[in-house]
Amino acid sequence: MRVNFTVNGRRQEADDVWEGESLLYVLRERLGLPGSKNACEQGECGSCTVRLDGVPVCSCLVAAGQVEGREVVTVEGLADYAKQREQSACGTGACGTSLQDAQQWSAKGSDSHTGEGTELSPIQQAFIDAGAVQCGFCTPGLLVAADEMLERTPSPSDEDIREALSGNLCRCTGYEKILDAVRLAAARQGNQEATV
Amino acid sequence: MDFLRPASWEEALAAKAEHPTAVPIAGGTDVMVEINFDHRRPEYLLDLNRVGELTEWEVGGESVRLGASVPYTAIMENLRAELPGLALASHTVASPQIRNRGGVGGNLGTASPAGDAHPALLAAGAEVEAESVRGSRMIPIDEFYTGVKRNALAPDELIRAVHIKKADGPQQYSKVGTRNAMVIAVCAFGLALHPQTRTVRTGIGSAAPTPVRAKAAEEFLSAALEEGGFWESGKIITPSIAKQFAELASGGCNPIDDVRGTAKYRRHAVGIMARRTLGWTWEQYRGTARTLEGVA
Repeated sequence: MRVNFTVNGRRQEADDVWEGESLLYVLRERLGLPGSKNACEQGECGSCTVRLDGVPVCSCLVAAGQVEGREVVTVEGLADYAKQREQSACGTGACGTSLQDAQQWSAKGSDSHTGEGTELSPIQQAFIDAGAVQCGFCTPGLLVAADEMLERTPSPSDEDIREALSGNLCRCTGYEKILDAVRLAAARQGNQEATV
Repeated sequence: MDFLRPASWEEALAAKAEHPTAVPIAGGTDVMVEINFDHRRPEYLLDLNRVGELTEWEVGGESVRLGASVPYTAIMENLRAELPGLALASHTVASPQIRNRGGVGGNLGTASPAGDAHPALLAAGAEVEAESVRGSRMIPIDEFYTGVKRNALAPDELIRAVHIKKADGPQQYSKVGTRNAMVIAVCAFGLALHPQTRTVRTGIGSAAPTPVRAKAAEEFLSAALEEGGFWESGKIITPSIAKQFAELASGGCNPIDDVRGTAKYRRHAVGIMARRTLGWTWEQYRGTARTLEGVA
């Protein structure tokens, strides 16, 4: 079957989709967006977290056919998504991330350790600055989940952070640095708002 | 496999009548796991996401009509006062990502003895609104669970909503697991005080082939509270009553040994949870606020 939906602000079409296929498979294998990671395939680990109509979900548990006509944001589109949120909304339809840009997205920039020269969302930059990335496999899901939490709860308590990230597993067990990163992003967000 | 995408409830019923083997999918948090692991290859998937009314709820005078696909997140955020037990239970479901998708209709459809909503539904009192092209019927929650992962639905029926009695007193929910998230219950216990009828109701999860009420414990406690004049006086429940209630609740279990825990442990834990939830709810009842909201 064919599935039409919006990915990172742009209309996309996936063909020859098997009816039992997950959104995760469509993103990774049909649209070439491997940012969302495939690990447990049962909603346990959160590494495939994407936003579906704004809501964080495990893309491995969404049937491809269920996203027809709906909007998905993946980690590849997170920087643009955060930027548009900051500039408050996209009225023109010209924003979003093209599939080609999304496929080629990487956090390399001119310096892969500092993220310099690359457009990053504040949460991505905070993960780099706090050293919250070890093997990196859980990172995309955590970024999407944490970004949504900061959007909803601008000044989160530690409890808020723990709860929001409770569906994302890090098998390097780098949780402390991850919490640091989210706190850092929240603090920067607060500072920015204070200066506006 | 065929993917059926009804745009309305009527179309969904027609599709289910035409293809009784069709597997309904809403949040997908049970169905997709089975498909991903190749445990199940349904001939038809019946997507209910486009039936918008399934994600709506109405608060009536006596009960809440909760659409089958209302996500757990919405229950936690909007129905804590009316359905405190279910709101607490919803908060124990998996993770935010899962709670954003899964709902009570799916819990009932899967009818796993470990489903988190069941003890809360049993304790509050509920009816399942099942419908087919032949008509609609209300199935009392006590008659809904018929076996391990079996329920009282006919092959052509779909769950439209659950009608849950609004709380008329404190309700609590307790669940045993290895952490606070992403846990299938080792066992769970729901308790609802019903001061209006001077009764108590319970629900036990994951400690019998189906979710069950601890009826002997309920009857004992209702009688003890009545005889002791506890409802009027609001005095502290004596340890002997609490102990007896816990033992009877434990006796209401019919558990098995499995990877998550032994039968012996489950019986023990259910007794402990019964005593604790009784303590919590009774403290709430005695409190001047007589608050109906859950704590967690």
